[in-house]
Amino acid sequence: MPQPSIAVSFRAVSRHYGAVRAVDEVSFDILDGEFFAMLGPSGSGKTTCLRLIAGFEQPTAGLVAIHGRDMAGVPPYDRDVNTVFQDYALFPHMSVRENVAYGLMIRKVPAAERAKRAEEMLAMVKLADFGARKPSQLSGGQRQRVALARALVNRPSVLLLDEPLGALDLKLREQMQVELKAIQRQVGITFIYVTHDQGEALSMSDRVAVFNQGRIEQIAAPAELYEKPRTEFVAGFVGISNLLQGEAARAATGAARACSIRPEKIHLAPAGAAAPGSAMRVEGEVESLLYLGANTRFDIRLPGGGYLAVVQQNRDAHYAPEQGSKVTLWWDARHLMTFGG
Amino acid sequence: MRSRAAVLDRATPRAGIGLKAGAWFAVLFLNLPILFIVLYGFTTDEQSYSFPPPGLTTRWFGVIMNRGDFWDALWLSVSVAFVATIAALILGTLAAAAMYRFSFFGKESVTLLILLPIALPGIVTGISLRAAFDLADVPFSYWTIVAGHATFCIVVVYNNAIARLRRSSPAMMEASMDLGANSLQTFRHVVLPNLATALLAGGMLAFALSFDEIIVTTFTAGQQTTLPIWMFKELVRPHQRPVTNVAAIIVMAITFVPILLAYYLTRDTQDVAGSGK
Repeated sequence: MPQPSIAVSFRAVSRHYGAVRAVDEVSFDILDGEFFAMLGPSGSGKTTCLRLIAGFEQPTAGLVAIHGRDMAGVPPYDRDVNTVFQDYALFPHMSVRENVAYGLMIRKVPAAERAKRAEEMLAMVKLADFGARKPSQLSGGQRQRVALARALVNRPSVLLLDEPLGALDLKLREQMQVELKAIQRQVGITFIYVTHDQGEALSMSDRVAVFNQGRIEQIAAPAELYEKPRTEFVAGFVGISNLLQGEAARAATGAARACSIRPEKIHLAPAGAAAPGSAMRVEGEVESLLYLGANTRFDIRLPGGGYLAVVQQNRDAHYAPEQGSKVTLWWDARHLMTFGG
Repeated sequence: MRSRAAVLDRATPRAGIGLKAGAWFAVLFLNLPILFIVLYGFTTDEQSYSFPPPGLTTRWFGVIMNRGDFWDALWLSVSVAFVATIAALILGTLAAAAMYRFSFFGKESVTLLILLPIALPGIVTGISLRAAFDLADVPFSYWTIVAGHATFCIVVVYNNAIARLRRSSPAMMEASMDLGANSLQTFRHVVLPNLATALLAGGMLAFALSFDEIIVTTFTAGQQTTLPIWMFKELVRPHQRPVTNVAAIIVMAITFVPILLAYYLTRDTQDVAGSGK
């Protein structure tokens, strides 16, 4: 298999605002055709990285390259990337069709071809009949699609998406995740997707970079990120982490090292029940429980003072403790994640 | 949609009798004098405004056709208002763009300085301009009137332009650059079309303000007689008094049209500021 080429690369890139280090010596490569998510809380530097690629920001130090070309001093309008903005930033005085054709109009593509490509793009985002409308006459989800079409019509080599689903409601957001992934496969270009929603990042991406305080904590495929987080921060930000420290960790694992266990890996059994030989085992008491339909979440208080969340599928009529029940928790030792020294 | 319905619901209950009476009183108080001006444009009494008018005639409309001094004054006012408005559109838009885009030390003070001419009493603006022209040895002329009017016309344009800029998404300009447009193309295709109605409204208001301005004009005019000054002089003369009223009717028609247009053009945008002076 030929080695895929590198679409975007950061080499020790920093962006400082006075004393604030929005991006702090970050290095990574994004491959051609990859769906790459930048995940992190607000202020972690992920959006600044996106703006560095788009050209709205210039790095304080380091090198940003797109397809091997150093982007220092290259303005946004000379870069082969397009952006889907967080609030869509559609032009309110233009029709949907004019919005989509804007980039082609600026690049002096002949009118006939411009119209044809705009229509094709509108059809791809399922807005074929909406070309004559103004953005103000569209719903949030439709505006989002127009923004996507307006960026993709220029056939950029890299598409940047800045929390594009943030303003949509849950159902629409889930539907758009499926569609975005399908569109990315169809056009085959690199998508760089900024989000603070770990669900979005895990569901769509080939790889995810987790940002924290201007630095990258880990870059990995979604499953690896979830199963083998390298730091406590990643374990806590991606999924429910169940972090145990000090005495609580000693009670559960026999060592005071910080550790974490995913809630769905834990088995619940009546107090005093035996566990398989290789399992780790701890006693506790049900502090509270939340019935969530497909599953139930139990919060278990441990003798060492810590808490563990346990999520149990409601598939069969198995052991279902009540609030205040004494229970035994056990899990396979390979699921335990430990951090630090 | 739901919120608009809620607003309508709240507005539906009918106003009380006291509120209605008050509203009608205010309407009459504001507009009755205007009716009298129109009425006395048709009176046969040329020396005083007695009530009721001794008789009605349309001959003053004929008289004014032959009064060259009136038409000269009208033309001067229209021309001053036009040039002052053009100057205000250019300078006001540039000022708004600069204040919107850049932040710098003393920005608040500069904003205040821009708004000052409309906040200060006209007489202060007038006296200071006159003193400044004297000091600089600038002879009073057509252009000193234009400069005087431009001071407050700029404010109206500035206010409208900056309100529109603040309301539009800053990402819009970034989106345009992202799609391949340089600054000039972005200004032409995105910024200007978005400002257009605001500038039209601001320009019309500026025109109307300049057209009937008398205080600043008194201090900055040389031998020129703008229409308001002409009317003021005409009013104290004993003969052909109703001619002034006919002139007033013509002025009303001329100022009313742009104000009405500005209102209709911007009524959906709710950000036309500085319409008072």
